[in-house]
Amino acid sequence: MSREATLNKVRTALGRSAGQGIAAPPPVRLRVEAHLEAHLEAHLEAIGMEARIASMLRAVEALAGKSRRAATGEDARSYVGAVLDGRSAVASNAPFLRECGVVDLAGVQSGFTDAAALRALCATAEVGITSADYALADTGTLVMLASPAEARLISLLPPVHIAVVPKERVLSGLDELFTILPHPAAQTSSMVLITGPSRTADIEQILVRGVHGPGEIHVVVVG
Amino acid sequence: MSVAFDEKVHKTLADANLQLAIYRATGRLIDHRKHAVAATALPDYQELRTQANALKRHTIEHLDHYLEQFEANLTAHGGKAIYCQDATEVADFVLGLAKERGAHLIVKSKSMTTEEIDLNERLEHHNLESVETDLGEYILQLAHQRPYHIVAPALHLTRYDVGDLFARTLGVANETVVERQALIARAVLRQKFLAADIGISGANFLVADSGAVLLVENEGNARLTTSAPKIHIAVAGIEKLIPRAQDLAVFLKLLGRSATGQALTVYTSFLSGPRRAGEIDGPEEFYVVLLDNGRTKLLADPGKRESLYCIRCGACLNHCPVYRKIGGHSFPWVYSGPIGAIITPQFMGIEHEPSLPFASSLCGACAEVCPVKIDIPKVLLELRAEVKQAEERKGANRLERLAFKIWAWVMCHPRIYEMAAMAAASVAPAENGKWLRSAPAVMNLPPVRAWLSQRDLPPAPAKSFRELWRKR
Repeated sequence: MSREATLNKVRTALGRSAGQGIAAPPPVRLRVEAHLEAHLEAHLEAIGMEARIASMLRAVEALAGKSRRAATGEDARSYVGAVLDGRSAVASNAPFLRECGVVDLAGVQSGFTDAAALRALCATAEVGITSADYALADTGTLVMLASPAEARLISLLPPVHIAVVPKERVLSGLDELFTILPHPAAQTSSMVLITGPSRTADIEQILVRGVHGPGEIHVVVVG
Repeated sequence: MSVAFDEKVHKTLADANLQLAIYRATGRLIDHRKHAVAATALPDYQELRTQANALKRHTIEHLDHYLEQFEANLTAHGGKAIYCQDATEVADFVLGLAKERGAHLIVKSKSMTTEEIDLNERLEHHNLESVETDLGEYILQLAHQRPYHIVAPALHLTRYDVGDLFARTLGVANETVVERQALIARAVLRQKFLAADIGISGANFLVADSGAVLLVENEGNARLTTSAPKIHIAVAGIEKLIPRAQDLAVFLKLLGRSATGQALTVYTSFLSGPRRAGEIDGPEEFYVVLLDNGRTKLLADPGKRESLYCIRCGACLNHCPVYRKIGGHSFPWVYSGPIGAIITPQFMGIEHEPSLPFASSLCGACAEVCPVKIDIPKVLLELRAEVKQAEERKGANRLERLAFKIWAWVMCHPRIYEMAAMAAASVAPAENGKWLRSAPAVMNLPPVRAWLSQRDLPPAPAKSFRELWRKR
């Protein structure tokens, strides 16, 4: 079998034997803000949260996405309604979308658990609406974990993607994400980071948006 | 230099449009990277490079351990590892699976590893339709060409080339507006995605502690390839391993910035096994092909092993003064530029294109921008030594060795050197202070012609340094 042949070649090349132990790997390098004094923590966290949200919204705009701060779920719902403007949409099963009332908007279909039915709808819907498990403030990224609440194709097939995210889920960046989530595979078969609208520059380095994925992305931070 | 290499180089140099296309594309990528890794944008850039190098070194030195760990975790998540030694084994695996599942249509996302083994051609030979879905790769597949650049595969083609190509191969109107060309490709490929039985991707990283495949891309075609069909096969070289998911925080910060100047590419997919119970969509079967194809040969050489650290960002191509003149298709294999110059001889054998390690000015720009700190010039020098040792064993290049012996002797005798220099200056044509580009009539000998076919010689100065020094 090629398995043994390959592993043996690797071991011979390295002068190692089967089952031999290894030297300790370099320590993990994650830089997250140092722990703060307890009495300052609450205050600074509030400031930190506002700065993060501002950074998130700015970064999304810099990528030619649209961003929106909504004070309440009701505000988020009316923003999504205005973006939809009567277009057909498919929404994920994220509880937060239901809490905001987004799934009750006219033209929005939701509640799919069957892959084939969902896929057929995603292939024709004009807008896909999801929440996000996390957002990364420094790069304007949405972090989507596949689950019963979030399907993969809703943020991928329709030409427009709207994500409605509660503000508590906005993290500073990759280091914080991998601190909170050291083993994504323990939770899901698919973690996707989305940073702006789909794009290509393959012809003469001319930027074109929406080549395969959504060319238009809206990020609504709620709270 | 082989005739084929020489011809391709001169053809590229003579094509002014192509020269401009390469210069502009690489120049833009250089600029984007420079801003993305500037101290204001990424203060710990150098520390990240050091960490990335340490992680790659550690993983490669213990590769057997990490392969087994990856396989165990992948299996635990319901995926399957397929070890393959060469191109034939990969094709046989895919063909066998396609036959068992009654599959006819395959969608592919960009993968240099599958380019390396000509997977599309092998599958099409057995009547499987295998469609590239990255816009650049799709264009190249229609044009029957191989990638010009690791990151910008079609940088040598203009929108007019693409318009002609689409009209000829897809039967659409000749369209020269890039946005509309992208829409044509989107429409054609969307139908392929929805009808495909199997999706084949590459892998930017294999994460050992997760059994996961990590993919970066901007278009969304890799997400579609790995989400829409029932079967996902990732084809990866065994060197793609990294120890932990947490190490991605280091590599992801470097990869996008080094490649295109993006802090993160639009999509980053971390995929560990098929769709799980409760998840709504995703593939039902998940395979990871772990390909050797010459990598263990390279691994056996401790001095050049670091060539396997490469994360295929393409920064060394953009910054290489040689790549920027001779382009991607002059190189004898799918990997071009400085990284191609060091891995091609090691994968395919040094005799494949012995002049490749010499196609470099050793300026060191490649090593300076490499996000994982591969010392490319050092490896090039080692390969040069190997080429020369092989020639010596064969008794070749006696003339060259004699010339260098004479040169060394002259250099050791200052008087004779001075006389030789004066003689050379008097023989060299003045040419109005222009650089000498071909052999002058008095020196029109094969070795001189060959030497000058690759290089230009500055005009001889009116007075030598020694004369000036004496009169200072």
